[in-house]
Amino acid sequence: MLDNGYPLATESNVLKELIKPPSLVRSVVHTITGESKLANVSSTLPTGQLSNVPWRRTGVKYANNEIFLDLIEELDVIIDKSGTTIVAEVQGKIQANSRLSGMPDLTLSFMNPRLLDDVSFHPCVRYKRWESERVLSFIPPDGPFRLLSYQISSQSNVALPLYVTPQFSFSGGSGKFEVKVGPKQTMGKVVEDVKLVVPMPSCVTNVNPTSTYGMPSYDPVSRTVTWNIGKLQTQKYMSMNGSVTMTSGEAPESNPTIMVEFKISQLAVSGLKVSRLDIYGEKFKPFKE
Amino acid sequence: MSTGGYQGPTADFTPTGFGSDSPETSSRNGASASVINPPLFAADYKRHEDLKSMLDSSKDGQKREAMKLIIGMVAKGKDCADLFPAVVKNVVSKDSEIKKLVYVYLVRYAEEQQDLALLSISTFQKGLKDPNQLIRASALRVLSSIRVPIIAPIMMLAIKESVTDMSPFVRKTAAHAIPKLFSLDPELKDELVEVIEKLLKDQTTLVAGSVVMAFETVCPDRIDMIHKNYRKLCNLLVDVDEWGQVMIINMLTRYARTQFANPNQEEVAEDAPFYVESEEEEEEEESEEEESGESGDEEGEKKKKKKKPKKKKGYTMDPDHRLLLKNAKPLLQSRNAAVVMGVAQLYHHVAPRNEFGIIVKPLIRLLKGHVETQAIVLSNIATISADRCAMFEPYLKSFYIHSSDPTNIRLLKLDIIANVAGESSIHTILREFRTYISSPDKQFAAATIEAIGRVACSISEVTETCLHGLMSLLSHKSENVVAQSVVVIKKLLQLHPKQNKDLIDQVARLADSVTVPMAKASILWLVGEYCSLVPKMGPDVLRKAAKNFVNESDIVKLQTVNLAAKLVLSNPKQTRLLCDYVLSLAKYDQNYDIRDNPVSSLNGLFLQGEETALSKYAKKILLAPKPAPVLESAFKDRIHWQLGSLSHAVNSEATGYMALSDFPAEPPDPSVRNVEDDSWWGKTKEKKKNLHGDSDSEASNFYSSISGSDVSGSDNEGSEEGSGSESESGEESEEEEEEEGETSSDEEDALEKLKKRFGKKIEVSDSEESEEESEEEEEEESSEEESETETSSDEEEETPRRSAIAKPKVAAGKTAKSSALKPTAAASPRRSEEPSLLDFDGWDSVTASTPNSAPLNSYPISTATAVPGASTNLLQPLTNQMAALATSSPSSSASSAPPSTKPFTQEIISAVHTPKKTYDLLNRITGNGLAVTYHFCRRSHITSSKMVAIDVTFQNCGDSTLSGIRTGSPQLQSGMRMSSDVNIKALTAGTSQTVTVGIDFNDTLQPAKFEISVAPGKRYPVQIDPLVGELLRPMSVSEDKFMALKGIILQLYTAVQPSVHGPLVQALL
Repeated sequence: MLDNGYPLATESNVLKELIKPPSLVRSVVHTITGESKLANVSSTLPTGQLSNVPWRRTGVKYANNEIFLDLIEELDVIIDKSGTTIVAEVQGKIQANSRLSGMPDLTLSFMNPRLLDDVSFHPCVRYKRWESERVLSFIPPDGPFRLLSYQISSQSNVALPLYVTPQFSFSGGSGKFEVKVGPKQTMGKVVEDVKLVVPMPSCVTNVNPTSTYGMPSYDPVSRTVTWNIGKLQTQKYMSMNGSVTMTSGEAPESNPTIMVEFKISQLAVSGLKVSRLDIYGEKFKPFKE
Repeated sequence: MSTGGYQGPTADFTPTGFGSDSPETSSRNGASASVINPPLFAADYKRHEDLKSMLDSSKDGQKREAMKLIIGMVAKGKDCADLFPAVVKNVVSKDSEIKKLVYVYLVRYAEEQQDLALLSISTFQKGLKDPNQLIRASALRVLSSIRVPIIAPIMMLAIKESVTDMSPFVRKTAAHAIPKLFSLDPELKDELVEVIEKLLKDQTTLVAGSVVMAFETVCPDRIDMIHKNYRKLCNLLVDVDEWGQVMIINMLTRYARTQFANPNQEEVAEDAPFYVESEEEEEEEESEEEESGESGDEEGEKKKKKKKPKKKKGYTMDPDHRLLLKNAKPLLQSRNAAVVMGVAQLYHHVAPRNEFGIIVKPLIRLLKGHVETQAIVLSNIATISADRCAMFEPYLKSFYIHSSDPTNIRLLKLDIIANVAGESSIHTILREFRTYISSPDKQFAAATIEAIGRVACSISEVTETCLHGLMSLLSHKSENVVAQSVVVIKKLLQLHPKQNKDLIDQVARLADSVTVPMAKASILWLVGEYCSLVPKMGPDVLRKAAKNFVNESDIVKLQTVNLAAKLVLSNPKQTRLLCDYVLSLAKYDQNYDIRDNPVSSLNGLFLQGEETALSKYAKKILLAPKPAPVLESAFKDRIHWQLGSLSHAVNSEATGYMALSDFPAEPPDPSVRNVEDDSWWGKTKEKKKNLHGDSDSEASNFYSSISGSDVSGSDNEGSEEGSGSESESGEESEEEEEEEGETSSDEEDALEKLKKRFGKKIEVSDSEESEEESEEEEEEESSEEESETETSSDEEEETPRRSAIAKPKVAAGKTAKSSALKPTAAASPRRSEEPSLLDFDGWDSVTASTPNSAPLNSYPISTATAVPGASTNLLQPLTNQMAALATSSPSSSASSAPPSTKPFTQEIISAVHTPKKTYDLLNRITGNGLAVTYHFCRRSHITSSKMVAIDVTFQNCGDSTLSGIRTGSPQLQSGMRMSSDVNIKALTAGTSQTVTVGIDFNDTLQPAKFEISVAPGKRYPVQIDPLVGELLRPMSVSEDKFMALKGIILQLYTAVQPSVHGPLVQALL
C-alpha cells in the first residue's frame, strides 16, 4: 500500500487484514447474510500496524496448532565443457507456514548452524539471539512466510546427481547434435522435474529434435530446444538427438550452452538440519504427527 | 440540453446535502462543470444515468455496488468525471465502505472539479475528530491528497492538529501529508518545517520513518533539526519499518558526512595490520562500554587512556558516529534489498575503511535477487570495487557469468571481475574469459576482450600473456572479436611500444584483412605512431590504404591522412608521392572533417618542402610522445554519486539528488546532540543492554516502542495489554538483573557493590540519629526526591539505578510518616529502627556526608542515649561494629581522625583513580557560550577537611572573550559552607579554566545553590548536587582485612533482621 508514492505497508499480513482475501467461509457468510462482497474490507485498523509485532495480527485461532517448515535449497552450478565444476553456490531458504494460535514465541535451532554463511531474516527474527547463540528466536507471522534465506559459500564439491554429455557438430548449413542424460550419485533419492533447455545460436533456423524418452520441442521464436524429461529413469537410456538447419555459410563459433534444471525432494545439499523447535508463550499443545 | 441533465443533480444536491452553501457557489459549480464537460456527444448522453440513479438510491447496497463499478472504471482509465456531484454527496454516507470508495474517487477527481470538491471538505473536517483513529487517519490522508490549492490552510490546520494526536498512526499520516501539502503550496514551507520539527521529537517507531521522509522532501538542508533527535533515530532504527529504515539511513548518511570527522583521514601512512588490530580492539571496547553502561564508563575511560598512546594518531571516532554504525549493522541482515543497500552505502561513505568488509557478504547475497535488483547492486559493487578491489576478491566466483544472465548483467559482472582481478586469481579469470569470448552474445564478447585489456593493463605480470592471447584472437572467425582485439591491443602496445616491436609488425600485417573501421583505424594509427619501430611496414600499409581510400569509412580516412603525414616526416623519400595523393583525395572528400583536417589544411604549410615557421615543429606536433591510455572501469567516474541513489544508477544528476558533502576538516561541536531530556535515552539504553542479556530480555526489543508510544488503542486493547504487560515486567526484571549484572561484571564493580551493601548497613546506625530530627529528615527526603529527579534527567546513566531505588523510598516515606504520628514515648525506639531498614535512602545521606562529617564513632554513643530499654543492648555492639565498618571500609573511608577503639586501622591514600565523569553545571546554550562542568575530586578541600573538593571547569565555547566570570551569592542550607568565590578575569574563546571549589555539604544531600555571573550583568543560577558515590575518599585495605570486613557485614545483615522485628512485634502488640 502506498501513500503519495511512499510505501506504507508491505507486510502481507497487514495487507490481508486491510482487505480480507476472499475465502470460502466468508463467501458463504456473505451469501447467507446477503451482504455485498465488498464488505470484506475491514473497518478497523489492522492491529499489526500499531502493535509491536507489526507482522502478526492478534486473535489468531486454530483448532490444530501446527507450523510447517520447508527447507529449500537452490544450487547454482557452472560446469565447463570438460565437465569440471567451476562455480557451485548453494542458496537456501526456510519457508514456513505458521498455523499457531495466539502469540507463540518460537525457538528454532539447527544441528549445524555454522554452515550458514550469510543469512537474511524475516524481521521477526531476533538478530542478537542469532549472533550470540545461533538459534532463531521469533514470533512468527500468521500463514506462509519466508523465515530466513541463507547462502553457503565455499562449497567446493557439490556432487551432482546427474550427468549431461552433449555432442554438437556443425558444418556448412546444417548440424547434428546428441545430448545424453543419465544419473550419477543420486544418494538413493529420486531426481524429478529434469528439464533441459538449449538456446541455439542466432544463425539457426530450424531444429528437429527427437529423443528416446520424453518429448523435446523447439521454439523457433526464442530459438530454444526444451526437453522435459520429468523423473530421471535409472534404467532407461535417455538421449536426445536431432538435426539443425542454419542460414547458409554461417557456423556458430561455439557450442551452445545447456541449462539443466532438476529437483530432488527430501534432500538438503548443504546438509543443514533443523534440530528442534520450541514453543514458548502459549499454553496449547502443538499438534505433532 | 446536454448540460441540463447534468446540472439537475447538482442543483438538488446543494440544498439538501450542504444547505449552508450559497447559491453563488452552486452556480459556479454549474459553470465549471459545463466547461469541463463540453456538450456531450450523443453517444455519451445519459452515459452514466444508471450509475447515477444507483448512487441516488436509498439503499447502501446499491450505492456500494455503483461505487465499485465507478472505481473499477477509474482503474481502467475511463473518465468518470461527470459523476462527480453524484459521487461526492455520498461522502457523508454512514457506511464506511461507501465512504472509502468515495475517498478514492475524490483523490482522483478533486483537482478537476475543485469547487465541487470543496463541498466534501467539511466531512473530512468532521472525520478528523472521529474517535476511531483509522477514520481520523484516512480523513487526513484524503484531505491532503486533494490537490486543491484553496484548502491549503485547512490542510495546514488539520496537519497541525493531527501532529499532536494520541494515535501514532494518525501522526504517521500527518507526516505523510506534509510533503503533499508542500508540493501544493511551497509558500507554507516555514510552517511545515515547524511541524516537522515537532514530529521529529516523536518517540514511536511508526512515525520516525515517515517524518524523516517528510524532512527529506521539505527541508533536507535543515540538518540542525536532526541534532537533538540523532541518537533517538539511531536507537529506533532497528525497530522502524523497512521503508522508514531506508529513509533514515540515507538521511543519517548525509548527516554523518557533515557532522563527523573523516574516519579514514590518517590511514594512508599507517602500518596497516597494526592499525586494523587496534581499531578492532577499540571497537570491541567501545561496544563493551556501551553495554555495561554506567559502571563500565569508568573502566572504559581508563582503558582508553591506556590505549591512546598505543594509537599513533589522534583520531577517535565520535561515540555518536559509532552509534550510528553499530545500530545500522544488524540491518544488513534485512530481507529488504533496499535496506541492505542503504546500510552498504552508509558504510561506504561514513565508516572507517577496515570496517567496510562486513557489507560485502550481504551485498553478494543480493545478487541472488531479481534481475533488476542485481543490476543496481552490481553497478554499485562495480563502483565500490573500482575503489576497494581487494574487498571482493574472495567472492570472485559469485560474479562469474551464468548463461541465463541478460547482457546488461553480464557487462556489469565483467566490469567487476576486471576490477577485482588480482595476481592470485588472474589465471582462473583469464581461463573464464576465454570461454566468454566464444559467447554468441557479441556485445558481451567484445566487452570481455576489453576486460582482458584492463586486466593486462593493471597486472603487469600477465600483460605479456594477455597480449599474446589477444594476438591469437586476431585470427578469430568473428569480425567483431578481431576488431575489438585490435583496439585493445593498440591500447596495450602503447604501454610498452619498444618491447613489442614484432607485435606491432604483426598487427600491421592485419591491415588488409580487417574490415571493421575502428580496428582498421587503430592499425593505421599504430603504424603511424610507431613508424620508426617498423620502418619497412609503414609505406606499404599506406600504399594499401591509399589504394582503397575512397571506399573507406570516415574514421579510416582520417587515420590514413594522419598516417600519411607522419610517414612523410619520418620517411619522405618513399612516401612523398603517396602522401600527396592521399591528401589530394582528402581535399575533395565529401566529409568536411576530412577536408578540414588540420593535417590536410596544414599540409600546404609544412609538407611542401619549403621551410616555414611551422614545418620546423611539424615533427613535434605530429609525433609527440603520447601518454598511454589508462584502461579503467566505466564505473569509476560514478564514485562521486551517493551509492544506491538514482543518480548513481543513471550516472547523471536526478532531480532532488543531494550530493554528499565531504567530511568537515574540523567536526562541529558534538555536544549539540546532547539531549536535555534524557528520559527516553535511559530507556533505550536499558533496552540495548537487554539485547545483550539472555533470552527473555530480548523480548523487550520487539516491544520497545511500547514505552514510547502512547497508544490508547480502543481497537486493539487485547494485543496491547498483552504485549504491554509483558514488556513491563520484562523491563522491570531487567532493571534488577542489570543492576547486579552490571556490578558483578568487573572486579572494580564488585568493590562498588560491596560499598553499596555497606552503605545499607551503615544506614541502620545512622537513622537512629537522624530520626531524632525526624521532621527535618522528612523535609530532606522530599527535597532529595526533588534533587534526584533533577539529576536523573541530567545524567543518563544514573537513571536505571535511581529508578530502582525509587520504590523503597516511597515506602520509607510512608512508614516514616505513619510512625511519626504515634506520639507515645514507647514508640520512639521503634521509630528509630523501623524506617532505618526500610529507608534505603537514608544511607545515601550518611555515606554521602561521611567524608566531612563528625567522627563516626560518636554514633553509638548518641544512639545509646537515644534508644532506651532492651534494644540498646542488642543494638549497641552492632552499631559499634558498623560505625567501625563505616569508617574503615575501603570505599567509604572518611573520618578525619581514626580512633584507637576501631577494630581495624585505616590508611587514607591519595586517589588512585578518580572517574573523569563530569556533570553539567551550566549548559553552553543557556550560558550563552559559557559551559561550566564540575567533577568530584574525591578528596577534601585544602582549606577545610570538611569540605569536598570539586573541580569546576569553565569553558568558553562561544567566539568572543568572556570576562569577569564570578561565582557568588550562594544560597546554602544552614550548616553548609562554600569556599571563597571564583573570579576569572577573562576567558578567551575556546579556552577553559579549572578552579577547585570546596563545599561543605554538612552531611546532607542538599544542593549547593549559587550564581555564576559574567561581566555584562548576566547571571545564571546554578547548583551542585552532592552525589552519594562521589563524596568519598579512597583508602587502602589489605585483602584479608577486606574479606574480614565483608564477613562482618554479612554477619550484620543476618543479625540485624531479628533485632528489628523484635521491637516491631512489640509495638504491634
